[in-house]
Amino acid sequence: MENFQYDILNVLPELTVLCMAMFILLVDLFIKPQNRFVIYGLAQFTLFAAAVFTFQTHTLGVSYAFSGMFVDDSLGDVLKLMTYLGSSIMLVYTRQYQKQRNMFRGEYYAMVLFSMLGMMIMISGQNMLTIYMGLELLSLCLYSLVAFDRDNPRASEAAMKYFVLGALASGMLLYGMSMIYGMTGSLNISEIAVEISNIGQHNPVLIMGLVFVVAGLAFKFGAVPFQMWVPDVYQGAPTSITLLIGSVPKFAAFAITIRLLAQGLYPLAADWQDMLLIMALLSIVIGNLSAIAQTNLKRMLAYSTISHIGFLLFGLMSANLNGFASSLFYISAYVLMTLAGFGMILLLSRKGFEADKLDDLKGLNQRSPWAAFMMLITMFSMAGIPPTIGFYAKFTVLQAAWQAGFTWAVVLAVLMAVVGAFYYLRIVKLMYFDAPTDLCPIHAPIDMQFVLSMNALALLLIGLLPQVLMNLCGLSIVTSLQ
Amino acid sequence: MNLFNQHILSFAIWLPILAGVIVLLLGSDQNANRTRWVALVGAVISFLVTIPLYTGFQLQIGTFQFEESASWIPAFNIYYHLGADGFSVPLILLTSFTTVLVVIAAWEVITKSIAQYMAAFLIMSGLMIGVFSALDAILYYVFWEAMLIPMFLVIGIWGGPNRVYATIKFFLYTLLGSLLMLVAFIYLYHQTGSFALTDYYALPISMSAQIWIFIAFFMAFAVKIPMWPVHTWLPDAHVEAPTGGSVVLAAIALKLGGYSFLRFAMPIAPDAAHYFANTMITLSLIAIVYIALVALVQKDMKKLIAYSSISHMGFVTLGFFMFSQLGLEGAVVQMISHGFISSAMFLCVGVLYDRMHSRQIADYGGVVNTMPIFAAFAVLFAMANSGLPGTSGFVGEFMVILAAVKFNFWVAFLAATTLIFGAAYTLWMTKRVFYGAIANTHVAELTDINAREFIILATLALLVIGFGVYPEPITALLQATSAEFLTHMQTTKIPIISSVPAASI
Repeated sequence: MENFQYDILNVLPELTVLCMAMFILLVDLFIKPQNRFVIYGLAQFTLFAAAVFTFQTHTLGVSYAFSGMFVDDSLGDVLKLMTYLGSSIMLVYTRQYQKQRNMFRGEYYAMVLFSMLGMMIMISGQNMLTIYMGLELLSLCLYSLVAFDRDNPRASEAAMKYFVLGALASGMLLYGMSMIYGMTGSLNISEIAVEISNIGQHNPVLIMGLVFVVAGLAFKFGAVPFQMWVPDVYQGAPTSITLLIGSVPKFAAFAITIRLLAQGLYPLAADWQDMLLIMALLSIVIGNLSAIAQTNLKRMLAYSTISHIGFLLFGLMSANLNGFASSLFYISAYVLMTLAGFGMILLLSRKGFEADKLDDLKGLNQRSPWAAFMMLITMFSMAGIPPTIGFYAKFTVLQAAWQAGFTWAVVLAVLMAVVGAFYYLRIVKLMYFDAPTDLCPIHAPIDMQFVLSMNALALLLIGLLPQVLMNLCGLSIVTSLQ
Repeated sequence: MNLFNQHILSFAIWLPILAGVIVLLLGSDQNANRTRWVALVGAVISFLVTIPLYTGFQLQIGTFQFEESASWIPAFNIYYHLGADGFSVPLILLTSFTTVLVVIAAWEVITKSIAQYMAAFLIMSGLMIGVFSALDAILYYVFWEAMLIPMFLVIGIWGGPNRVYATIKFFLYTLLGSLLMLVAFIYLYHQTGSFALTDYYALPISMSAQIWIFIAFFMAFAVKIPMWPVHTWLPDAHVEAPTGGSVVLAAIALKLGGYSFLRFAMPIAPDAAHYFANTMITLSLIAIVYIALVALVQKDMKKLIAYSSISHMGFVTLGFFMFSQLGLEGAVVQMISHGFISSAMFLCVGVLYDRMHSRQIADYGGVVNTMPIFAAFAVLFAMANSGLPGTSGFVGEFMVILAAVKFNFWVAFLAATTLIFGAAYTLWMTKRVFYGAIANTHVAELTDINAREFIILATLALLVIGFGVYPEPITALLQATSAEFLTHMQTTKIPIISSVPAASI
């Protein structure tokens, strides 16, 4: 019984989110449409409560619950806190957009919370089944969220594509897991690592399993050659959902990559390093080159995401603590930048107008100098120009990769960063050098303007003082992986 | 006061940036005059705080002075470490001084988004002073790159018709070089475990590594100077930039590259610097001679001055790579003097452009008849640009040529041709623009310079003649530092191969 209490205590944040998501579904049945803001408030409260519980139960050590199915460590806690923060910001940004498109409904908030529950389970999964369960919960919620705007054919198409390819990727991941299970006889991450060390690295079945696992993970990240879904889904989904897909789930994807590759399959590092290297280089090259040709802002950001994932893989493929910590820093920076970037699209959009074309940004400096400045910071941050957080993100992963001996890959990545700078600069050009074509005043709720400003300024401020976030990332990786 | 004395460099960097932010917050196009005055006050204060760097400088010390150091990013052993020596102090003063000029020069000329314009220059000034005083590689890199952002906006927003092409070209060219420099820093970091410049100076590096490091730095700095053949962004950027942008580009931004050779590329990889010396001298001579010939055929005044800048910067790199004290000091003097003269030349073109909205030489003729006072200044600066003795343009070039004679007669011979070509392109342009009969009705309607323009040009004229007659204030600053620098450059950094018997490996 004591054991059960201990288990429950470890999953308190998850339980909170689960109960509240179901409660919201119930409340929504009995509430009048004009009082829906209550639901919004409940969702924000849930995130806050989960954050409090996660913070309260935080210890520096690593503890396992449910017979090793579930792990509670610093890495998980940090990632979860970041997930709550990201989700909370996302909810602020999307409220008006949802209202204007008649999508301000209880199911939206319940679905977001369920998807977040999936992410939390992924983050804390210490068993391949737990990880897979979390992943499927997240994915199913995201599929249906993409199609949330039922009458929008593009969104439905995107949802269909996402679902078919996503199911395929889940299948691959599961297949890989089954091979690894077949060889090691265990689903538990820590036991797998021990077993592989006993079996030795050169087992063909294990390598095959590894290939499928890596392919599945790459799909979830959107790394080349598994990137096909990213541009279509980003463009087709309502911007509020794109914001969700593009931001916080990357934390969860990062977590399961760390659990599977850096913990479970670490003895096979030499093999997955090569795979990640190829995917990283391809992602950076194809992502950056394709982004140049885009005219749709959401699609451009999708390709930019692909190239960011390439940089993220640079840190992971270093296969040491320095590299993992730098990847964690990169993913945090990436999520902050993505939130700001899509947040700006949401700020500019209004009823019947999506603001998702590049040309919609024309002359933004004349319409709203403040909004233009926020977008300017975001773009230079994505391009990796100091003094923004994006620079340190690139710097940390590149130095980790250099340390691990990937000299030429670093030089190539740096050259592609110049290509990348071009399309970010083009956005700045549109905002600052061109005359506006759209003269409608920008209306947004005050809380959204405030949070968006804070978000963009954070890119600059963390850029000036990156120490706190760097330490947090380094510490959580070191205490969790040693 | 004590706080100020211990943090002069920090004040010099952050005051203009703070002033820029204040201008952004307070200024607007409706309150144009308030915006201008706030900017001017900010620029003047920022200039005044740099003066103690000159008065407090100890001439006999060749290493860094006014040092400040604080831990910034302990995770990577990165420090907020500032310091200045004889090379950087004159450049810092030049930067803060030029910013004042730019603010005054923009007074009535810029009417669109005044606050953003002024703020961009103030912030840029702080960032460039940061580049000149950073002693930590990452701190330096942050300032170096951050400076691109305001410059990108200045050219893009207030520039000429082809501004978008020019500014994006400028940005990407510079970024490419800078990122390779970042890779070199990452390499050095993994060798020393720190980003401190002094650690890099002391680090023994093998010859092959030094060559790679030097190439990476070369990519970054040669673009900025710019050296032939990576100079093509400069004429585009200059022509499209507003007057203030051209002035800052020519007077300071180009010096960032020259200074960085002295601060990074050469002392970190001295053996590679000697190894590449002949290549660098050849490239410098090509810039001096070939680019001067290119300048001769320009039809656009700004483009002509831009090419003339490249040609004059050739002297700077030539002076560096002869490794003699005279050449080195001559090169630094040339950087300062070029800062004054090129600012003055661009401001003169600005004066004409504001009235006629044309930079084509062919549109002018006989300007002296309608603008006598202005013409007097313009001819003086043209003389200085062609290296007339008694102007500051002569001092640096003469020192470098003297050093070259000792180094190799033919190098000196080719370098000296610039005195002919320089005179040819500058004076020919002056003749076509200022002398002769009044070319057209537009020229006939020109009005002479107003008090504001007079003050700017007169100040610069005083400086150009002053340093031409008495260059001692600059050269005195340089002596100890350049002696220290040359001593460092003469010691090899190639590690002595340890005598471990082959069998034990």
